[in-house]
Amino acid sequence: MKILVCLKQVPQKDAPLKLNAAGTWVREDVSYEVNEPDAFALEEALRQKEKHGGEVVVITAGPARAAQVLREALAKGADRAIHLEDDAFAGLDPYNTARAIASAIQDDKFDLIFTGLQSDDYGYAQTGVILAEILGWPHATIIMQIDTTPSGIRVKRELEAGFFQFVDMPLPAVLTIQSGINKLRYATLIGIKQAKLKPMRKVTMAEVQSALGANLQKIEKLYVPEKSKNTVFLEGPPAEVAKQLVAKLKNEVRVI
Amino acid sequence: MSTILVIVEQRAGKLNRVSWETIAAGQAIAAQNGWTIEAAVVGSNSGSGVAAIANEVAAKKVAKVYAIDSARLDPYTPDAFSFALREFLQKHPAKLVLLPHTYQVRDFVPKLATALQTTVISDAIGYKYEDGKLLFTRQMFQGKFVADVSFAGAGPCFVTFQNGSFRADKVEAGAAPAPVETVNVVVPDGVVRTHPQQVFQEAKQAVDLTQAEIIVSVGRGIKEQKNIELAQQLADALGGELGASRPVCDNGWLPMDRQIGSSGQTVAPKLYLALGISGAIQHIVGMKASRSIVAINKDSEAPIFEIADYAVVGNLFDILPPLIEEVKKAKGPNQ
Repeated sequence: MKILVCLKQVPQKDAPLKLNAAGTWVREDVSYEVNEPDAFALEEALRQKEKHGGEVVVITAGPARAAQVLREALAKGADRAIHLEDDAFAGLDPYNTARAIASAIQDDKFDLIFTGLQSDDYGYAQTGVILAEILGWPHATIIMQIDTTPSGIRVKRELEAGFFQFVDMPLPAVLTIQSGINKLRYATLIGIKQAKLKPMRKVTMAEVQSALGANLQKIEKLYVPEKSKNTVFLEGPPAEVAKQLVAKLKNEVRVI
Repeated sequence: MSTILVIVEQRAGKLNRVSWETIAAGQAIAAQNGWTIEAAVVGSNSGSGVAAIANEVAAKKVAKVYAIDSARLDPYTPDAFSFALREFLQKHPAKLVLLPHTYQVRDFVPKLATALQTTVISDAIGYKYEDGKLLFTRQMFQGKFVADVSFAGAGPCFVTFQNGSFRADKVEAGAAPAPVETVNVVVPDGVVRTHPQQVFQEAKQAVDLTQAEIIVSVGRGIKEQKNIELAQQLADALGGELGASRPVCDNGWLPMDRQIGSSGQTVAPKLYLALGISGAIQHIVGMKASRSIVAINKDSEAPIFEIADYAVVGNLFDILPPLIEEVKKAKGPNQ
């Protein structure tokens, strides 16, 4: 089983984000981490490889700093990495991001491509499905389980409100992976050492440019949301805050 | 004249009520720019009763309703839905195509838009006109920021709206029922490559959080499973139920049936007390209709504070013990 995992580097969950001067993007001087559902996608690929053999390849598109998520994936057991490296990759709309990835892997023959179900920064939840359409492959989204069958795979799709559905599908296919599908592993010291010897292919913007088109959507402005509620902030030492809050629950919310 | 097409969602022959919000959105945009609003429902007439759903939608103020019908559209597959809607949109061009941002829509709309060489502005929460340009607003960075997004290209531009962005009760009824047209689509052999099985629930929901008047909900900030006990004590003192955000259930600290949010239960209690929950969009959509929201979080920029009525910025492990004591005191010795 040869599996490609698409990873994205996003600002860390509790990183305090600030807008840039132009109000078009966040300032870059924050800590980054791998997008959470992508980490589960990688883990699932490693587990499939352990079961069925094969190869796990990881890919990301973004500035030089994004190579960190590839190095971490190699340390956890991925076999090789592809880095579409250019600051401009971060500004592509989902259609173009998928086209860039499709172009970069055209000489590879994968059985499966995994993405996280959405990213914590843009939150488009589209790139995996678009990639499937570009490649002409079937897809399934928000996957919680993957088993092989004589004719391909059976996946468990998460639906809303606690419902699920099994779907049988042929390979090759694209799956978008839900957080919590498995338990994440940590990289080992040996893994981190070995990662340094594993191949990382750089792909420049120029190499994939001809596959791209104009962005079809554009962020005109980014801003802090206007508050729709009058939030009352309770301040003071914990004991004092507890008293204030209970008074509110009693006199205003009326649940005590 | 330009057309706004609203694609309503049917599941197992029933209209998903969130579709009314999308129609309300379409009506609001049409009222502003004078475009024609039409609606469509996709499925099979024998299997999912699309004609009946089309008639239900036709009572609203829309110019026309299409029932897109093929036996291959039941059960739902992204391949068949994308194929049928592509055929339909090539014959009935629209400038805007609006849908609710459901799991089903997320599954097929990016494919459909790509097949039509166009784009999807996903999970939008509103729209506005600025200098004559139609912009859609969507949350970014898990709700910490909002972006105004414009679209380019020949269209149609697809927009999916987050649950709760428009009010279903604002949908205008029509003066007379709108005409309903059944459109039969032939989905050829080989188009549908996936074979979906029956939809099922994992286990019987042990807890029905939708009925709880008070919910104490824990997020990642609870840090360890053993700390759940503290939240349980507060829930017990208040006479409420314990809920959780997704990461807590993913870690197995609480069972999945306690999960609140898009993949769990949608609740609207009198009091929702969020402990260490940052307020990612997927959680917010499941609880924002709560009557009162109290948030305790150490990160003063956590998006949960945007929708909180009462906010405490601080370490929840400092605040919980005295809070439990105060609640017990206020409840009196009979508790």
